[in-house]
Amino acid sequence: MANRDAAPTAPAASQPVIKRQLLPRIDMADLKLAPTIAAVCLFVIVVAALLAPLIAPYDPIAMNPMERLQGASAAHPFGTDAYGRDVLSRTLYGARMSLIVGIGAALVAVLIGLPLGLFAGFFRWLDAILMRIMDGLMAIPSILLAIAIVSLAGSSLWTVLFAITIPEIPRVVRLVRSVVLSAREEPYVEAAIAVGSSLPKIMWRHLMPNTLAPLIVQATYVCASAILTEAILSFLGAGIGTETPSWGNIMSEGRLYFQLKPSLIFWPGLFLSITILSINILGDTARDVMDPKLGKKRQA
Amino acid sequence: MGETIAKDRRPIEAGTGTGTGMQTDAILVVENLVIETNGRDPHRIIDDVSLTVGPGETVCLVGESGSGKSVTSLATMGLLPKGALSARSGRILVEGEDVLAASPSRLRQMRATRMSMIFQEPMTALNPVMTVEEQLQEVLTAHASMSAADRRTRIREILSLVHLPDVERMCRSYPHQLSGGQRQRVMIAMALVLEPKLLIADEPTTALDVTTQKQILKLIAEIQERLGTSVLFITHDMGVVADIADRVYVMRHGKLVESGPIQSILTKPERDYTRDLLSAVPALSPRAARPASSREIVLETSQLGMVYGQASLFKKREGTVAAKDVDLKLTRGRTLGIVGESGSGKSTVARCVMRLIDPTTGSIRLRNHEIANLSRRALRPWRKRIQMIFQDPNRSLNPRLTVGDSIIEGPVNYGASKQDARARARELLELVGLPADAIDRHPHQFSGGQRQRIAIARALAMEPDVLVADEAVSALDVSVQAQVLDLLDDIQTRLGVALLFITHDLRVAAQICDDVAVMQRGRVVEYGPTAEVLGNPREAYTRELIDAAPGRHWDFPNFRPMPAAVAPVDVTPGG
Repeated sequence: MANRDAAPTAPAASQPVIKRQLLPRIDMADLKLAPTIAAVCLFVIVVAALLAPLIAPYDPIAMNPMERLQGASAAHPFGTDAYGRDVLSRTLYGARMSLIVGIGAALVAVLIGLPLGLFAGFFRWLDAILMRIMDGLMAIPSILLAIAIVSLAGSSLWTVLFAITIPEIPRVVRLVRSVVLSAREEPYVEAAIAVGSSLPKIMWRHLMPNTLAPLIVQATYVCASAILTEAILSFLGAGIGTETPSWGNIMSEGRLYFQLKPSLIFWPGLFLSITILSINILGDTARDVMDPKLGKKRQA
Repeated sequence: MGETIAKDRRPIEAGTGTGTGMQTDAILVVENLVIETNGRDPHRIIDDVSLTVGPGETVCLVGESGSGKSVTSLATMGLLPKGALSARSGRILVEGEDVLAASPSRLRQMRATRMSMIFQEPMTALNPVMTVEEQLQEVLTAHASMSAADRRTRIREILSLVHLPDVERMCRSYPHQLSGGQRQRVMIAMALVLEPKLLIADEPTTALDVTTQKQILKLIAEIQERLGTSVLFITHDMGVVADIADRVYVMRHGKLVESGPIQSILTKPERDYTRDLLSAVPALSPRAARPASSREIVLETSQLGMVYGQASLFKKREGTVAAKDVDLKLTRGRTLGIVGESGSGKSTVARCVMRLIDPTTGSIRLRNHEIANLSRRALRPWRKRIQMIFQDPNRSLNPRLTVGDSIIEGPVNYGASKQDARARARELLELVGLPADAIDRHPHQFSGGQRQRIAIARALAMEPDVLVADEAVSALDVSVQAQVLDLLDDIQTRLGVALLFITHDLRVAAQICDDVAVMQRGRVVEYGPTAEVLGNPREAYTRELIDAAPGRHWDFPNFRPMPAAVAPVDVTPGG
């Protein structure tokens, strides 16, 4: 014992406390151009969708046979379609559908995928069963599955949303599961077991927070892919009925007159592309910011 | 064996005093090196460091974590992380050529031919998808124009030089097929295949077991003798230093604290820091046994066994026996150590006792209650009676929770109110030597030693009868290690808790344990009072372990060689 009494005696309490910032400080110089533009674009589109009833010049479903297939003019900046409906108004209302589907699919996929992934990662026996089901789901082409669901249940917003979300769930489950599988080996999880914490408590307090960062990133991808899938479904005629405009079904209808009036496909297509691109760029940015490995490289 | 490595070597003239690089024959001269981080507010990592390594000399660079010893060695190899660190001033001369001024292509030429490096973790330093021969081929083709036949012969020569068995098979092996010691031998072969004048070894034996460490140190010394290589050896282990060094440089916070020939550093350290560093090394001679205060057995295992990967309904296989027939008894207020090398099953026993894994056979009795086969629910009331301190305090505390939330988690699970638990947590933080207001901070705001104190406070919050410490001080620097050991001792005296102390470090075991169980390949080979087991071992394996402990002939805290009477019996053949 005498040996250790002679040990260096600076008491631990007076050791310098290492201070480190919990969150990376956001520096204006670090803000990259692309994410900024993406954020602005997305913001504009979301606001336009929210304010569609106020800023749309016409009723999106009011037909006017006298003004069929007109070109761009002051009255109709994007022109009109085969039924004389204003394309600008339809595109603005279409943004609502697309965004609802995108955000809705991301939310539902996370709400269902997160608990399934947590359980699968924690219980080995459940893992084997659940993952085979998920593998099976992933083996079915998602568009075919969606078409099958919509044709069975009829084409309403809810069935379309359901049909689009189902194929996305396995991806979320697999992601959460992989994070949980590595996090459960952390000594702090064993420490929680040792102090008698219940399983739900361990999952919620010690495992779930690890999955949040990758989940947010994954959710942006789900959102973009859902908007795209909805457009594809509408384009194939298996989406939301044409009485509710969405970017997909505007383009689907415009396909017939495409050679005559390219603007029928051009405008909704442009909005769709910008939205998807913006969401994907923001998702990449979120990943770069939240991934601790990439983060360290940036600080270095 | 350990001491013969160093003691035979004749003193080297180049190595007296704090060489300023005036000698032209020095292999490595570092002059007034300053290294800073890049960025808006540069932070000085290395501050005015000068050192020399003469021909054929072994120079040790010693320091605790964060002292800058590894950065110095990386700079010498021209391997400073690009963009993160850069040398501001000074020179690094390898055989007279400045590394800092060399072009990238010149640096590539110099590496392996003039200077080479071996690392702590050979598994990550070797390419997992290339055979040993391919990796050595790569070095040869990159740096020397040799015919294919010459390369083949050279590779076999160097592999037999590092004493690898069955050279042909080794050539065809991938890194994962080799043991840790063999991998480090391959690394050494790769480093020396072109016979560089300077070998930099950055903690090359830290990840190895003591017996393997001893062999590798012997190998380095032997090769040095044969090829006349100079070695710059970076380590935190004073035992290793005492065994191999000709001269020593002590570093702290990026500055040189002291330097000199090994004998003068060990016997007459001039600086307080060096003195502290040496005093913190626990002595290998067992401490005197403490009087037994209680006869109550709080923890007892009998015939405890654990087999991993046993045959199941679908798979027929043998399984790996991690522990077999482990019988241990722990009395209230006493400390029982389990020592052994990696893979000996000591951690398996700890995890079985904690019921973090379920033992396959045998019984565990906690205060006379059988807990080995209790269900999760039935076990709950017993969990609080036995608590654990983990090896790595960086990972055993959830980084997202405040210190307070981590400490009160257990008591709240067992029905304590949040207010009471927090009040108790404040007391406990003070008990383990931290300020009570640490309760609202996050783990990353504390140093490693402080985090281990928090982990101890968390374990104590449950008021356990038994504390299981699994390599609880292995990840800490020696000076911090000494403080944490003192704390454990103090807590034991005050609270009368029994301690099951798992460690690979015989020095630590000798200083803290009343009884010791030595484990080898899942079995307890020797078990008894510490003074007997470590002072007068009966088993060959125990003797081998003691014999392999680095610096065992040196009594560090008293700055003198080990008195012969106390030194463990030297019996191992070839020792």
